[in-house]
Amino acid sequence: MKVLTANRLDDGAVVYIGKAAPWVEDLASALVAVDVGAEGQLTETAATAVKARLVVGAYLMPVTVEDGRILPASVRERIRAAGPSNRPDLGKQAPAPALPR
Amino acid sequence: MKLVKNASAVADDWTHVADDDELPEGKAVVVSLARFRADRDKLVGRNAPLGLRLKSNEAPSSVAEDLGRIALVALEFPIFRDGRGYSHAVQLRQRFGFDGEIRAVGDVLWDQIPHMIRCGIDGFEVGDDFPLAAFEEARTVFTRHYQPDVTGQPTILELRHG
Amino acid sequence: MYRYDEFDQQAVDERVAQFRGQVGRRLKGELTEDQFKPLRLMNGLYLQLHAYMLRVAIPYGTLSPRQMRMLAHVARKYDKGYGHFTTRQNIQYNWPRLVDTPDILADLATVEMHGIQTSGNCIRNVTSDPFSGVAAGEVEDPRPWCEIIRQWSSFHPEFSYLPRKFKIAVTGSEHDRAAIKLHDIGIRVVRNAAGETGFEFWIGGGMGRTPIIAKKIRDFVPKADLLDYATACLRVYNELGRRDNIYKARIKILVHEMGLEKYSALVDEEFARSQGTVKLPDAEIARIQAYFAPPAYETLPATSTAFEARRFEDKGFRTFVRTNVHAHKVPGYAIVSVSLKAPGVAPGDASADQMDAVADIAERYSLDELRVTHEQNLVLPNVKLDDLYTVWKQLSAAGLGSANIGLISDIICCPGLDYCDLANARSIPIADELQQRFADLERQYAIGSLKIKMSGCINACGHHHVGHIGILGVDKHGKELYQLQLGGSGAEDASIGQITGAGFPPERIVGAVETVIETYLSLRHGDAETFLDCYRRVGLAPFKAALYEAR
Repeated sequence: MKVLTANRLDDGAVVYIGKAAPWVEDLASALVAVDVGAEGQLTETAATAVKARLVVGAYLMPVTVEDGRILPASVRERIRAAGPSNRPDLGKQAPAPALPR
Repeated sequence: MKLVKNASAVADDWTHVADDDELPEGKAVVVSLARFRADRDKLVGRNAPLGLRLKSNEAPSSVAEDLGRIALVALEFPIFRDGRGYSHAVQLRQRFGFDGEIRAVGDVLWDQIPHMIRCGIDGFEVGDDFPLAAFEEARTVFTRHYQPDVTGQPTILELRHG
Repeated sequence: MYRYDEFDQQAVDERVAQFRGQVGRRLKGELTEDQFKPLRLMNGLYLQLHAYMLRVAIPYGTLSPRQMRMLAHVARKYDKGYGHFTTRQNIQYNWPRLVDTPDILADLATVEMHGIQTSGNCIRNVTSDPFSGVAAGEVEDPRPWCEIIRQWSSFHPEFSYLPRKFKIAVTGSEHDRAAIKLHDIGIRVVRNAAGETGFEFWIGGGMGRTPIIAKKIRDFVPKADLLDYATACLRVYNELGRRDNIYKARIKILVHEMGLEKYSALVDEEFARSQGTVKLPDAEIARIQAYFAPPAYETLPATSTAFEARRFEDKGFRTFVRTNVHAHKVPGYAIVSVSLKAPGVAPGDASADQMDAVADIAERYSLDELRVTHEQNLVLPNVKLDDLYTVWKQLSAAGLGSANIGLISDIICCPGLDYCDLANARSIPIADELQQRFADLERQYAIGSLKIKMSGCINACGHHHVGHIGILGVDKHGKELYQLQLGGSGAEDASIGQITGAGFPPERIVGAVETVIETYLSLRHGDAETFLDCYRRVGLAPFKAALYEAR
């Protein structure tokens, strides 16, 4: 099983091709390709987005799905999906800033 | 493909001749180093200007004695990362006093042009859609330079002391 | 300190404008990522795991308080409130947006700073001894020569697309705090019998996949020839350095494969032809040297009663002085190292508030000057003995009072897989665990001088090859694994560490280091024998036995 990931061009943020939207920041919302055909579709979508200068460095990454949760296979992708492991206050794992009242 | 000199597209009088093609009668030709070595006497004996095309691993020093018979050296930049051509251009100008055209061919990028000019390259073969604005910018992007170059402009170090 | 004149300022401003144009062309689609990448790299902009990363040069490690405050401003305005001081006298920001980088560089240009050539296959930021100009026993302050090299190498038309990156380090001291023998060109300022200044040139050192100690290529290059000789070294490399394999493209491989004699002969030929091309007028040398004239030191007694009293009374201060305070060439002054290795903080990281705090301290107590070190610490180069106690108190209040310089917890560590796109394994969490394991300062003192250096990949940004204890993180079948190396040194007695054997998983590497330490403590000849001396005396075998035979 694979998810397509890239970095957004203008700010470098880690993004994934999502189920509902073309590029999402949260791995939980990513679209999981379960066969070669689906992977091909993701790769095509990504190539278009690279051409359109939305993202750079797109590639497929292996994942597993456990109890509905998408888990990256590699340490590298786990860190990309969360943020630096020494700074839980930074990156995607960081608590969302409080909404202004 | 177009030829750019002095920031303008100009007509190219030169014909690149492949190693196994006939030499066109009376025309200025550019040949590879391999062809030059194989046909040297015939090539220098022709009654037309001779150009030499050097791959990035072919140093001008290997044809030092013949440079007087050569009117154009085309330096190949197979990929923009391959910077040997810069040193080769500097050597042609400074070490061998070559005063013919030095032409950059291959993977030439917008932002490399200022460096190429400073190393002595004065002709550029680029794609038809390559913007001429790049050549205009190359003249103005840096007003002064720290290093001496083949253009002979005074360096910042010299300007500081009149 | 050097100050830009109109020419320097114009060049940096023009570079910012050029980069703004390049970013604009990238965003409009006139440049592909492949074409843009070398351009952004030559301005220090990488794309890493989580975001872009901007590397800003601190040429030869010298910084004014005003510049440090700008670094803090950039951290606050464009990043997440901190920066990372690297092993090459640079600072890295981990979260800038591409669209902001032209503005960041424009802000930096207002304080004479830039990201020029902090990456790419060009001549990189020139580095130096962090104690330049203040170290006792120095031949000459090397920084004027560094500045001359900085200017000459900036936007060099011939040497911007070299086979690979090219690093130059300069020292003016016998004791090498700049690791010159691990650089592509290492330069030591020397004097000849006639008392003239010149340069000892070392060539072809480096770490990475194939660590090699530099070889001495010239005993004495006269100062007028500095740039011509360097040009000859670079020109031969640019033509003949390997371009077929990225791991064999550094000059160390060329010199190694060709042999020093042949390389040296080619350089001599080129130098003979081009000598006199790069004019370095005496007036220009004098102009630049004038900026590095010693600051207005007060005439002070060599000792300070206030300082001695404080040292006697306060154990914490005494401890700090023991490790973090070094001899200054001027009586009554000291050099203070500011450790960026506090527990729980990634080695080399500093918050914007800490940057501001240290800038204030430098302004008030260090004659307006700061240094950064390749060991990822800061230095206050000009502190009066009388002020040391206050400085320590203020540093401590900012969380910068760690008294561990040169000890086991003063770890050099690359960002590793927590940030870096090239990394294979994490290094920061291992450093953190090591610091916790050896948290007891008494124990650190008992162990004595020890340099642990750790990299998260073979590129060796964490200098693991020259750590007394080196740790290299690798990826083995998708799992992090740590190799141990012993006996390296980056100083004047440079050596490459030897690999102990099979690597250790993350949960066992800290225990393995502890085994090495216990073995050393059991083998050493008295408290004065350092780990490195002991290792050089007894060799790898007893450590290997302790690490592997008990399994």
